[in-house]
Amino acid sequence: MKQFVRIFALLIITSSFNSFAIEVYEFKNDEQRELYQDLTKELRCLVCQNQNLADSDADLARDLKDQVAEFVINNQDKDTILAYMIQRYGDFVTYNPPLNASTFFLWFSPFLVLLIGAVILVINIRKKHNE
Amino acid sequence: MKKILIAFIPLSVLLGLLLLLFLNMGYHNETIPSPLIGKPAPAFSLPTLYGDETLSNADFMGEPWLLNVFGSWCPNCLYEHPVVSQLAASGDVKVVGLNWKDEFEDADNWLTRLGNPYHHIMVDYVGKTAIDFGVYGAPETFLINAEGIIVHKIVGELTPENVANEIRPRLEQMQ
Amino acid sequence: MLPHIGQFLLVLALLLSVALMILPLTGYFKNNQTLMLTARPLSYLLFGVTFAAFIMLIVLFVQQDFSVRYVAQNSALELPLRYRITATWGAHEGSILMWVTVQALWIAAVAKFSRSLSLSQIARVLSVLGWIATGFMAFVVFASNPFETIFPVPLDGQDLNPLLQDFGMIMHPPLLYFGYVGLSVAFALSIAALIGGEINEKWIRWSRRWTNLAWAFLTMGIILGSWWAYYELGWGGWWFWDPVENASFLPWLAATALIHVQAVSERKNAFRGWTVLLAIIAFSLCILGTFLVRSGSITSVHSFAADPFRGIFILVLLAIYTGTALTLYAFRANRLRSRDTINLESRETLMLANSLIFITATFTILLGTLFPMIFEAVGKKISVGAPYFGLMFFVLMIPVAVLLPLGSQLGWHRSSVTAAIKQLLPYFVAATILMIITWLVYKPLNMRALAGIYGGLWVFIATVGQWFKQRGRPTAGFVGMSVAHLGFAVFLFSMSMTEHKDTEQDILMQPGSTVHVGGYDFTFNGVDRVKIENYQAQQGHITVTKNDRVITTLNPQKRFYPKQQMPMTEAAIYAGWTKDIYVSLGEAVNNQGSWAVRIYIKPLIRWMWFGGIMMLAGAVIGLFSARIKRQEDQQLDEVMKKQLNLP
Repeated sequence: MKQFVRIFALLIITSSFNSFAIEVYEFKNDEQRELYQDLTKELRCLVCQNQNLADSDADLARDLKDQVAEFVINNQDKDTILAYMIQRYGDFVTYNPPLNASTFFLWFSPFLVLLIGAVILVINIRKKHNE
Repeated sequence: MKKILIAFIPLSVLLGLLLLLFLNMGYHNETIPSPLIGKPAPAFSLPTLYGDETLSNADFMGEPWLLNVFGSWCPNCLYEHPVVSQLAASGDVKVVGLNWKDEFEDADNWLTRLGNPYHHIMVDYVGKTAIDFGVYGAPETFLINAEGIIVHKIVGELTPENVANEIRPRLEQMQ
Repeated sequence: MLPHIGQFLLVLALLLSVALMILPLTGYFKNNQTLMLTARPLSYLLFGVTFAAFIMLIVLFVQQDFSVRYVAQNSALELPLRYRITATWGAHEGSILMWVTVQALWIAAVAKFSRSLSLSQIARVLSVLGWIATGFMAFVVFASNPFETIFPVPLDGQDLNPLLQDFGMIMHPPLLYFGYVGLSVAFALSIAALIGGEINEKWIRWSRRWTNLAWAFLTMGIILGSWWAYYELGWGGWWFWDPVENASFLPWLAATALIHVQAVSERKNAFRGWTVLLAIIAFSLCILGTFLVRSGSITSVHSFAADPFRGIFILVLLAIYTGTALTLYAFRANRLRSRDTINLESRETLMLANSLIFITATFTILLGTLFPMIFEAVGKKISVGAPYFGLMFFVLMIPVAVLLPLGSQLGWHRSSVTAAIKQLLPYFVAATILMIITWLVYKPLNMRALAGIYGGLWVFIATVGQWFKQRGRPTAGFVGMSVAHLGFAVFLFSMSMTEHKDTEQDILMQPGSTVHVGGYDFTFNGVDRVKIENYQAQQGHITVTKNDRVITTLNPQKRFYPKQQMPMTEAAIYAGWTKDIYVSLGEAVNNQGSWAVRIYIKPLIRWMWFGGIMMLAGAVIGLFSARIKRQEDQQLDEVMKKQLNLP
């Protein structure tokens, strides 16, 4: 049962006009609205050239935004909604890469580089000092 | 000596980078692999385009079938229509259409004009079931086995090549 | 006729750059003065010819010569004159021609402003620059000829992409190219030094001016790009960590590391090998960026039309330039043996630590940008975007903000960390108090916002404090450093506020209705139609009031460019000292004139870019360093003495 009002866009000027990415939903409070904004910035538009759902005009993006809004209004939390999308579209759909064995290098190599660099730096400084 | 070895590290990084960039130019494409391969098809219950039936997963258990997502608005669906028809006519597998984000009149006209190859046609105009299947464009085709598991997905139009190389071998495996 | 002249000029320029690459360097190896003396004249000639070719292309655009394919693809009869001129660099071929023109300009500038270098030094540097020019010029001539003609000649062109019909978009590419090409000077210097097997403080001192100037241009180009995206794309975003954006950010990060290492290695015979390596990396990242943007390897709204042949060409250039440079480095770097000591407790250490962090940031963002490619190699798809980059970059910038004042408090050569900390303590206290006040006024603020605000306040107050404690007349170097660091602080503080305290609402508005957002009242007065130059638009009228006082009227537009059949949303922005009010039109929702409207309140966003401008202003101020000038004049005396064979 739909508890939200979906506003359908009418194309007024010409048929080549795309609808623009502004969907209006009736959120119950600010937290819901912010959660929706968070999620649509983190979720990727699958048919666009690297855009998140928030910035995208595509039809599929609109469908997904409707789905996200429906979940948000029904008080689902961020993790549940993300899991829903990832289950169906894979990790590609979120701009936040998961933390698992294959992405371990992505998340931890910066700190490794920093550490190794710091060691090299200190060695080179001390080396000069002792000459 | 050690110094030279260390100095070669940046060069190896460059080599790796060039290799990656070069190979990527060859394999980069926009297809998103489906996370549902090997998993049961999502539960659905959809009305049919013609007639007053409602079809769900249970109706398709017992034999492999193809779910072909299409729409009258979709140009590549037009291109693949002969291949879909041929595949359906061969009788090797049941071909079921999913009319996605369309309108009855448009779909009807399209099928009347081109011919209706489908064993059944289900309708998803709101798009919820399509999202459950991870559909992000049309045409897309899912190969589902007799136990209701999604065995393969083809993104984009069916061609004689991908039918021969990806669908038929898997159908044979299932015999 | 004109297109053929243009083509001829390009081929001539290619030949000149080959000559520049070969002759002076041969002169260096054979100790032949005459050959080395050809370097400067060839440079000026190269610039003259290349610039003429560029002007030729502009003329073709102004004249609306649609027999030239590039003009037909990027212009139209109705395109206003100013955009006809800027369409010259609106797509691939023209923008690469601009690149080589900027390259030739810098080469000529290096030829002119290098009196303090000896003949053998300038011969090497200009030859290497000629080598770079050759590669890119060959790319233009063989893979991106802007003067290609088509037949039959179309009656009208396809028009310039509407998104590019805009001032920000006009300035953004040239500024970036000035930055990229500027980094090629530091690169050329590194190669020249490796060839000669020596790098002394004269080299580095001379290089610092060029590198700092290049960095300033790059900073301005990136700021402009960010500002443009904000007001043009309609969604209030100013940075997306898109691969093309990262392509410009990577050289910037490497260059930031470089300018700080150069400051150390100029004063001390230390870390000079690192200076050379970093300069190589920075320019290589510029070439890599060019590849990413033009090869079709990455998915982005910003990328140019993909062309695999061009992609391979640039990849080959990258292999040649970076490969040669790094090979030279591997074999010759041991000649650049450092001799001076660096004490652990000194400004040098902290500046090097800062560079290390920026190098790590470069690595991180490069990895994140390329990671989807690596994943795709094994058939999987993954997205790496703002949540990753934002978090990683933020974490890396925390130590930068924390340690920055310590770095500027410590003295050169040998200093005391404990004494420095004692002197910094009052600033720390003041920053903490202000941070608490900010939190009380603006809460809730999450951890990231607080960290950014705290960091910004800390750097700002400490830098101001150090300014007032400074004895004697402040040098240009000191002023430049202070301004740049203040800019960093302003950027950090404003960015944190605008990211975490902004308000965004999508609202359905009926004509005459008023909504209340972020302390302001927005009254929707309907939408009418307008026709301007080469587009039509639906224009909304929204009055913004606060406490019944009218602040402004905003007129967001939904434009339609008939030529390219492209709709575009043009936001209306009220730019204020403390915040921006930003409104964009969505779509009409029913036939009673109701529209979906997006309203943003963005606190301090202008200050964020202003902080960036302060950073580059600092670099520019530093160019006037009297200390460097004094030492350069000394160098000039030495060079002239040698040439006149005086004792």
